[in-house]
Amino acid sequence: MAQSFEVPNGHSVEEHDLERTLNPYVTGTSVIGLKYKDGIILAADTGGSYGSTLRYKSVERIKPIGKHSLLGASGEISDFQEILKYLDELIIYDNMWDDGNSLGPKEVHNYLNRVMYNRRNKFDPLWNSLVLGGVKNGQKYLGVVNMIGTHFEDDHVATGFGNHLARPILRAEWHADLSFEEAVKLVEKCLLVLLYRDRSAINKFQLAKITEEGTTIYPRYSLKTFWGFSAFQNPTKGAVGSW
Amino acid sequence: MSSIGTGYDLSVTTFSPDGRVFQIEYAAKAVDNSGTVIGIKCKDGIVMGVEKLISSKMMLPGSNRRIHAVHRHSGMAIAGLAADGRQIVTRAKSEATSYEKVYGEPIPVKELAERVASYVHLCTLYWWLRPFGCGVILGGYDRNGPELYMVEPSGVSYRYFGAAIGKGRQAAKTEIEKLKLSELTCRQGVIEVAKIIYGVHDEAKDKAFELEMSWVCEESNCQHQKVPDDLLEEAKAAAKAALEDMDDD
Repeated sequence: MAQSFEVPNGHSVEEHDLERTLNPYVTGTSVIGLKYKDGIILAADTGGSYGSTLRYKSVERIKPIGKHSLLGASGEISDFQEILKYLDELIIYDNMWDDGNSLGPKEVHNYLNRVMYNRRNKFDPLWNSLVLGGVKNGQKYLGVVNMIGTHFEDDHVATGFGNHLARPILRAEWHADLSFEEAVKLVEKCLLVLLYRDRSAINKFQLAKITEEGTTIYPRYSLKTFWGFSAFQNPTKGAVGSW
Repeated sequence: MSSIGTGYDLSVTTFSPDGRVFQIEYAAKAVDNSGTVIGIKCKDGIVMGVEKLISSKMMLPGSNRRIHAVHRHSGMAIAGLAADGRQIVTRAKSEATSYEKVYGEPIPVKELAERVASYVHLCTLYWWLRPFGCGVILGGYDRNGPELYMVEPSGVSYRYFGAAIGKGRQAAKTEIEKLKLSELTCRQGVIEVAKIIYGVHDEAKDKAFELEMSWVCEESNCQHQKVPDDLLEEAKAAAKAALEDMDDD
């Protein structure tokens, strides 16, 4: 007979559920990644939502992994922190060989895929969608893996809302060998749409690039938004009963 | 300097009448017969060097590493039975990782040395285990600065400015004592260590050897790593030149 508990959010939870993730609590929204001439660009906002509240406004959701990769995550932030711990162990172990070799983005992506898929099979997922991008020996690599273990590689990727709002823009306007400035403009176009239309997005972004030379994570910045549309003027005109 | 154990040396759980545990002393002999390993603490870091005796011309240079990284900030050089040494390194790596998992900071070198020492000591307490036949020189850079430790097969561990184990340890210790360690940078220390190892190498008894060196210092960003190839070549050249000067005398 499975024992039932009453948990603070009012749900009734059975004993065997206490050993697995049921819902995410603090979540990050979309991450966008695309390949350009010299490497990969990853961008994400720095918001951590607690349900419908935008609780944390300076969450770094893009981190460098080893010498050759960048990892961006959406979904449960605590699971992302745990993934970073696993990857840190992996990278230290790799560095300790001190033999001139180092794990590249393809290897890290494969490792993450194994971790995510095995957790899903135990019904205890790490509640994230991850974007892994990097450059090694001149080869660019950009991949995604999510909480059920689905993974693929592409020239441009996104997670969450980004899949619905940003990918169509990227499909229309991405082309091979974008310059850095063109790539940033394209990413900012996507980020702006997400800012307007995704309620969990905030106007503070983290942009990161990785090339053969190394990783650069730019200081946080905001995009200019425009709210002066005529439909937004006098919003209560003609609405009965509002003030 | 051998005393015959006769009867008191069959097990590591037996004391002799004069209070010695012969098995541990025999384990130390395994260390004394291996190639020289030295470590020095310079003012900005640690330098370790190994005289890797090459048993066969077929061996690839750079193989059979004797110096291993234990974590980002520390490394170990092993003298004695190589396989025993690997076991100690594996254990040290796992201690370092678990400390960081629990406490969130890299394991202090003192703590690491204590853990390695108690692991080595463990194997001197039970009759079904044998002592490790290796000596360990442990160097690391934590928030207290650079620290150098040596662990013997008996399980004792002390902190040193300069340490040497293996065949040429007496000669090496004399040379190290001549150095003004508090004024040396690691860059200079690398050259000195190379000179010492080339100096104590006995051409008559052992044919070829390979010099393996590592450092942890401010220049290496407090990471333990092999000494960069260009500096290693510079050190080898200086050592060979110093040898020739000595031969000319």
